Amino acid sequence: MAKDQLMPYEQAIEQFEVVIGLEVHVELNTKSKMFCGCANEFGSEPNTNVCPTCIGLPGSLPAVNKKAVESSIAIGLALGCQIAPTGRFARKNYFYPDLAKNFQTSQYDEPIAFDGKVDIELEDGEKFEVLIERAHMEEDAGKLTHVGGATGRIQGAEYSLVDYNRAGVPLVEIVTKPVFGAGAKAPELAAAYVRAIRDMVKAMNVSDARMERGNVRCDANVSLRPRGQEKLGTRTETKNVNSIRSVENAVRYEIQRQAHILAGGGSITQETRHWHEDRGHTSAGRPKSDADDYRYFPEPDLVPVVPAAEWIEEIRATLPENPALRRKRLQGDWGFSDLEFRDVLNADLLDQVEATVAAGAQPQAARKWWTGELSRLANAQDVSPDELAITPAQVARIQQLIDSGDLTDRLARDVVAGVLAGEGEPEEVIEKRGLKVVTDEGALVAAIDAALAQQPDVLEKIREGKVQAAGAVIGAVMKAMGGQADAARVRELILERAN
Amino acid sequence: MSELVFKPASELAQLIAKKEVSSLEVTTAFFDRSEKLNEKTFSYLHLDRDKALAAAKQADAELAAGNVSSPLHGVPIAMKDVLTTKDAPSTAGSKILQGWIPPYDSTVVRKIREAAMPILGKTNMDEFAMGSSTEFSAYGPSKNPWDLTRIPGGSGGGSSSAVAGFLAPLATGSDTGGSIRYPAAVTGSVGAKPTYGAVSRYGVIALASSLDQIGPVSNTVLDSALLQDVIAGYDPMDSTSIPTSLGSMAEAVRRADFKGLKVGVVKQLSSDGFQAGIKELFDDTIAKLVAQGVEVVEVDCPSFEYAIAAYYLILPAEASSNLARYDSVRFGMRVEPEGNPTIERVMAATREAGFGPEVKRRIILGTYALSSGYYDAYYGSAQKVRTLIQQDLDKAFSQVDVLLTPTAPTTAFKLGEKLDDPLAMYLNDIATIPANLAGIPGMSVPNGLAKEDGLPSGVQSLAPAMQDAQMYRVGALIEQLYVAQWGAPLIAQAPNLEVANG
Repeated sequence: MAKDQLMPYEQAIEQFEVVIGLEVHVELNTKSKMFCGCANEFGSEPNTNVCPTCIGLPGSLPAVNKKAVESSIAIGLALGCQIAPTGRFARKNYFYPDLAKNFQTSQYDEPIAFDGKVDIELEDGEKFEVLIERAHMEEDAGKLTHVGGATGRIQGAEYSLVDYNRAGVPLVEIVTKPVFGAGAKAPELAAAYVRAIRDMVKAMNVSDARMERGNVRCDANVSLRPRGQEKLGTRTETKNVNSIRSVENAVRYEIQRQAHILAGGGSITQETRHWHEDRGHTSAGRPKSDADDYRYFPEPDLVPVVPAAEWIEEIRATLPENPALRRKRLQGDWGFSDLEFRDVLNADLLDQVEATVAAGAQPQAARKWWTGELSRLANAQDVSPDELAITPAQVARIQQLIDSGDLTDRLARDVVAGVLAGEGEPEEVIEKRGLKVVTDEGALVAAIDAALAQQPDVLEKIREGKVQAAGAVIGAVMKAMGGQADAARVRELILERAN
Repeated sequence: MSELVFKPASELAQLIAKKEVSSLEVTTAFFDRSEKLNEKTFSYLHLDRDKALAAAKQADAELAAGNVSSPLHGVPIAMKDVLTTKDAPSTAGSKILQGWIPPYDSTVVRKIREAAMPILGKTNMDEFAMGSSTEFSAYGPSKNPWDLTRIPGGSGGGSSSAVAGFLAPLATGSDTGGSIRYPAAVTGSVGAKPTYGAVSRYGVIALASSLDQIGPVSNTVLDSALLQDVIAGYDPMDSTSIPTSLGSMAEAVRRADFKGLKVGVVKQLSSDGFQAGIKELFDDTIAKLVAQGVEVVEVDCPSFEYAIAAYYLILPAEASSNLARYDSVRFGMRVEPEGNPTIERVMAATREAGFGPEVKRRIILGTYALSSGYYDAYYGSAQKVRTLIQQDLDKAFSQVDVLLTPTAPTTAFKLGEKLDDPLAMYLNDIATIPANLAGIPGMSVPNGLAKEDGLPSGVQSLAPAMQDAQMYRVGALIEQLYVAQWGAPLIAQAPNLEVANG
């Protein structure tokens, strides 16, 4: 494939106004599928979670999963949308082997939720309002695996396998209105928006929200128009961008690619494009027009969804705090700097730190544990910190023991290791491993004497004002005491001896 | 030949219940006759003696143990091939489903089994129920027991000819635009389309989802009522099924009286376009009712004029979508063309070989009607007509209890007569289609033999939605009047099939 020519990013932004539009598909984590009783489960043997309805056998009929409707309404409410008093399903007709009935049961002119907005704050503090056109319910398709080709794509494959376990899994598609005015920050805004949706559905527990499993998928629409032009440019739709970083990269790439074509007098082909994470570029998919003919019509096998106003209010009352507002509140409460807070967010440790603080630890101490030692240990085990075999309450307890002087930092790390090794609660580990700080001053003094004997010039240096010379002795004492000494007390004792 | 086969289902049920005859004897009698005569009528696509007799033995055993599963316990029945059966091929009359044995029973079949009714076999039909004669069955046409050179009606001609030919005491049908009522009328039998949603569509191979409804086919009104009582009821598997009970139809038949009955005759369906003999018989039916003190008024349903046009947009539109699943990927026929077998080429070759001409015609019509830019003009307008027809009917039913019309414009035509004229074929359903568009119940009851050709005619009773009992009441009353005149149901006048030549 010929490599696309790209215009330098700053130049592209200078010449063109960027307009983006985002479609995010959220897979709901309901127990059963959208229109049948099959398990909604990731990773089962292929074609085991199937029935006549989700493989579209003749005579089968759909029946709406009420929990999926509830989750969809909850998402609509969290997006600030209005909920339609009556919503209808529609058939979107097209042929594809992963689509059992050769139509997708979706919603068309009567989505369950419409007209919302999401506030997005970028890292530099600039705020954007992303308007939501609609959020509608639909079913997922099956999964195709192309076998025999070099690339795993359909082109060149010898045959394809279909797994219908995913067919009929409930989806909510969230569609934004065109987003103007983000300029050079359009890619960052797109990524921040997708992150916001992911965080939101995760906090609401309506989706597992794991992008690597396709629980949240983004189609990114990008068009450019010369600055000052009223008419929107031709857009491309980059499909299935499945990580937040990719959203940013794919939008940036499309801006540069389209800018080069337009600046050279060319025109943009309206089409879908595929994002190649490994090579960092997009490639052409199929041509797409606004008149793509899906022959929508109301689904005659289903009656309209008519959610009672009281039900909607009940759902509204169960909505968790908006993740953005929650972050703002916690950063204020904890007094973290932007940098400190971002570290916590980037490592996805907000819940852990919050729970550790709630268990009695000081916020800064809780943060240091999770972003420091515990992240390091998790990394070494190739798991995420929240998967470590230690609870926030145990972390808080260990910190309390440090604060009371019963543990040193070094001893505390040993206690953590013991907890992770399954040796029990922190107190039990301390007991079993004998990890108590030595408070017997006689033993300390003896150790200091021994160390000073080895380094006789140290006291002299301290007297001359070179206090840092004490470090070498402290190190030797700590070593001699097996780490079970309070380094600060050792230092005090050495300085006393120098006076 | 056992005389048992000429008895109505209600009488057979009583004999079985009193243990004067066993289900096995009854089922064997119908099987013997079916195996002998199916080559004449071609009512059945599939017959399975072993399974039917096993079910009959089971019914007898249950009865012996004191368990009565239903008022039709032990009475055998024929199933239209549009219903899925997990132990028999279910083809809907199409080559594309030849040999397909579904992994599940339709709700209606499940209820039939639970009612301890042995299933004799699967009956012939126009492919995917598209047709009025069974001539569009991929497996060949069924024949009318009154005259084997004539059509038994369609799409449920297999069921109507089975019942009218005494190859089965009861059968099921599916009625999308008249596929139960039209075959009943031209074979001198009884057929009822319940209110939309009264009988579950789960496991009914779909033609047009918003119009399809399953109903009974029989030789008496009581038999149809008894069967509807067995198959009706709410089903969570069908979102469009009615959650409330419509009551007992058999009860409505048994209690039927003329008291206070008010009947409407639809102006638009009582004059033009009907065969003279049919018109004459219809007038006779009305006169008989008047003689019983029934009040008869003419009602105006001006939107009926557009019913066929609207129907032939809505039906193909929904069918084009429902039939998209026949793509060779998961079930049914697969044809691999020469050369590179891409999914598109395999799909095209399969559909080319697997679908018949009428199915292709309607898929193309429906795809066109739903196309962007045409939707409003076609599908949208048709839906508006549907609303107007409902309004016409609402108005009519504010004045009368039921409406009566001739069921079919003509008696049974000759095989092949209308095969090349789709429009003429479509007009057979002119009186039956409004009920499907409005979702109301309708049934056809025999009202004599037309003077021109001596062939059966039917009168249609239409009632408001959910008032199936009212429809059965009037059907039963009309039947009473004719039985009083003839001494037996019309079907007793049918020729002896065993000596008839096709």
